[in-house]
Amino acid sequence: MKNFFEKSDLLRKDAEDIISDTLNKCDDGELYLEDSKSETIVLDDNKIKNSSYSSDLGFGFRAITDEIVAYSHSNEISKNSLKYSSESLKSTLKSKKGTYNHSIPKTNKKYYENINPIEQKSLNEKIEILNKVNNYLRSKDSNVKQVTANFNGEQKSIEIIRSGGETLSDIRPLIRFNVSVMLDKNGRKETGVYGIGGRKSYDSYLKEDNWKKVCDEALRIASVNLESKPAPAGEMKVVLGPGWPAILIHEAVGHGLEGDFNRKKTSAFHNLMGQKVASDGVTIVDDGTIDNRRGSLTIDDEGTPTEKTVLIENGILKNFMQDRLNARLMKTRSTGSGRRENYRHIVLPRMRNTMMLNGNHTQEEMIKSVDKGIFAVSFGGGQVDITSGKFVFNCTEAYEIINGKIGSPIKGATLIGDGPSILKEVSMVGNDMMLDPGIGTCGKAGQGVPVGVAQPSILINKMTVGGTKL
Amino acid sequence: MMIKDKEYLSEKASYCLDLAKKLGATDSSVLVSNSISETVNFRNQKLDESNRSDNLAIGITTYIGKKKSSISSSNLIKENLDILIEKCIETTKNTPEDEFNSLPDKDLLAQEVKDLDLYDDTHLKNEDKIEYLKRLEISASSNKKIVNTESSFTEDKSNFILANSDGFCEGHEDSSFVASSVTVAKDEKSMERDYEYSSRCHLKDIKDAEVLGKLAAEQTIKKLSPKKISSEKIALIFDKRIAKGVLGAFASAIHSSVISRGTSFLKDKINQKIFSDEIDIFDKPDILRGLGSRTFDSEGVKTDTLKLVEKGVLKHYLVDSYNGKKLNLKSNGRCGGTSNLYFNKGKISFKDLLSLNSRCLYITETIGHGSNIVTGDYSVGATGFLIENGDFKYPINEITIAGNFKDMFKNITLANDLEFEYSTNSPTMMIEGMVVAGK
Repeated sequence: MKNFFEKSDLLRKDAEDIISDTLNKCDDGELYLEDSKSETIVLDDNKIKNSSYSSDLGFGFRAITDEIVAYSHSNEISKNSLKYSSESLKSTLKSKKGTYNHSIPKTNKKYYENINPIEQKSLNEKIEILNKVNNYLRSKDSNVKQVTANFNGEQKSIEIIRSGGETLSDIRPLIRFNVSVMLDKNGRKETGVYGIGGRKSYDSYLKEDNWKKVCDEALRIASVNLESKPAPAGEMKVVLGPGWPAILIHEAVGHGLEGDFNRKKTSAFHNLMGQKVASDGVTIVDDGTIDNRRGSLTIDDEGTPTEKTVLIENGILKNFMQDRLNARLMKTRSTGSGRRENYRHIVLPRMRNTMMLNGNHTQEEMIKSVDKGIFAVSFGGGQVDITSGKFVFNCTEAYEIINGKIGSPIKGATLIGDGPSILKEVSMVGNDMMLDPGIGTCGKAGQGVPVGVAQPSILINKMTVGGTKL
Repeated sequence: MMIKDKEYLSEKASYCLDLAKKLGATDSSVLVSNSISETVNFRNQKLDESNRSDNLAIGITTYIGKKKSSISSSNLIKENLDILIEKCIETTKNTPEDEFNSLPDKDLLAQEVKDLDLYDDTHLKNEDKIEYLKRLEISASSNKKIVNTESSFTEDKSNFILANSDGFCEGHEDSSFVASSVTVAKDEKSMERDYEYSSRCHLKDIKDAEVLGKLAAEQTIKKLSPKKISSEKIALIFDKRIAKGVLGAFASAIHSSVISRGTSFLKDKINQKIFSDEIDIFDKPDILRGLGSRTFDSEGVKTDTLKLVEKGVLKHYLVDSYNGKKLNLKSNGRCGGTSNLYFNKGKISFKDLLSLNSRCLYITETIGHGSNIVTGDYSVGATGFLIENGDFKYPINEITIAGNFKDMFKNITLANDLEFEYSTNSPTMMIEGMVVAGK
């Protein structure tokens, strides 16, 4: 475990005293210490464009009473700095009095190994793979005009010290490998992007030339897009492929089921608990406990063990995702969903791996049933306005469906829908559930955290496709 | 607020440059910065959160000949810097050469730092921020349809030093004050959210609390009970806060990094007409108190005003040292992008712009990341209002708008209502010929 107090004039005992003194009249709070190391190696335009390394160290001190959160963070782990933060918290909460809730569940489970992926593979080995990627793609297709490939590796060590001296800690590895390829054929340019990642070492992802599969997939998507026609505009049926298209679930319902928006009644879902919000057969969970997944966590950033939280069961809304603050104010328990990008940020209820579970239809059945619509296989990003419930996501690989058959590929278009009603429009749930390849980052209130998604193929009766062809 | 002074930052910078040289770097550059910010958040007229942040950061790039690597850290303790610089040199040695790697040309470096009045040393105590937010939220909540208000006031003070082994060592203090309000309104049929904010270098330039609250509330209430319209080709009018995004997409498509890689739809368009005759675009770094103002870019290269587009013709790319060398162009001080970017104002009033077509859509918000800089394709979700004969008829949502920037740029008409509210600014903008997808 990382010793945050080495090379500091602040002794652990002093820190514990300051923490207890600051928090004993508050409802909740903690000192969160974080040490992260990360690297980025980028090949672009036939060259190693960037090799950089970053180390970040700091603390975030939080005190909460009633609904009020006081937060202070600094890079200097020192007696003065912690005292200064303590004074800042006390001055915000001076007129308030709470009762500290000492109870926090414990776990012995771990969902990833205690490793530092950066140190497990030398720089030269990583550069060698990136060069192989570049050569492989450029020799495979003469239309390849640009290749960008990168490795990102990270190890984050955290420690949480609560009032009374209770401590919780976690060490989190994370890697990502990404390939982007641009084709130029007769003056028309299109790109394809694919990546993989998770809480593992590079080797366990890249053994047996796995990187070739990533390259092939990026190239395949770019090649499909070279042949794409303008997308249609208007309302129609949409078949979503399995896996990564589940960012639809993430945007359409995931954000709206986060505890803070529902406590504040600003989510379109806030008064729908126990009600039918999706078609029969639709079950959605948010699961932090899948081994080595990008969105998995042993404990969340408040120290609560993560879990598999059922959000929607057979169409009925069952649970919101909660951190400690929103759980206390809504008189329920934390679901281990309290997360922050790093020590500079306050904790918010966030998603982990959000998944729609299998039904019993086949993708073939779905496509056959559509007279006019689109089949969307891969997406860029998405966004939601949780108050109006409207959400969008951008197709990066899609095809038209005509009379039950897959037709031409269509250009990237935005799809827009209404979160609270879209799941009622799901008329078939597939039996081919897939996890995404481990590339998602979710943004909320300026904080990005790694997440995962999963789903089987689904058929949606009606969505608006934002193409240019009327 | 006690940000680190020039002496402290310069000393750290020269320590790093010296050590890098001692360990074998032929060149190096370093950026040391400190920022302290204090934020107070209100919700439904009560204190919700206070947040104090103290950020130290250092970034070092070392060169050995044409090899280059970089490190960054928030831990400025000497022992840590020693370890990191050593690691950086090791990595540099093991990174392949790139012929275009180098510090910027010496003769392009800024010789002096202009005083652009970017620092206001006023410190607003949290009690005073609370006072401002109280007034703001009373104003924002005065209509019964407003069911939730979340407002925030942030004060930020920062200081930095950028230094390199060619003797460049400059920096300056910056301040920023930001007040914002997000309101939620509700009626029987719908719940909607909108916002307003004010961001300035100087405290006294910040919008009045009551005005800001009132604007946020009015804009939100107007959106209630929206309708969805049918798919059609229709003229779109972009509110200023959306129009600046079109200008932002233009800026990302003319950056030398995408031009040199060949991944922009504006590649090879220099000296060609990409907008209509009436369009001029400026990037002006020396506006007093400007939100994007600066004397030099993130490499230390002097930044002068550029007329990027003149009478519709593209005149400059945004060039940094690395990509400039690749393209055989001199850096024009745009490493890190534009400064104060704006369209020159048009000839027609806002009111007349609304009446140019008997029917059009006024767009106030877009969602999604639907700008493709490689192809120029654009498709995003949108919210706005239907306008008939110059009058706002009713709110619209759950639609998408789509087109291609190459066509969109040629069909822009600008109003004469340019103001400098952000670092990128546009007057209200009309674009004809785009496709709306709805029912």
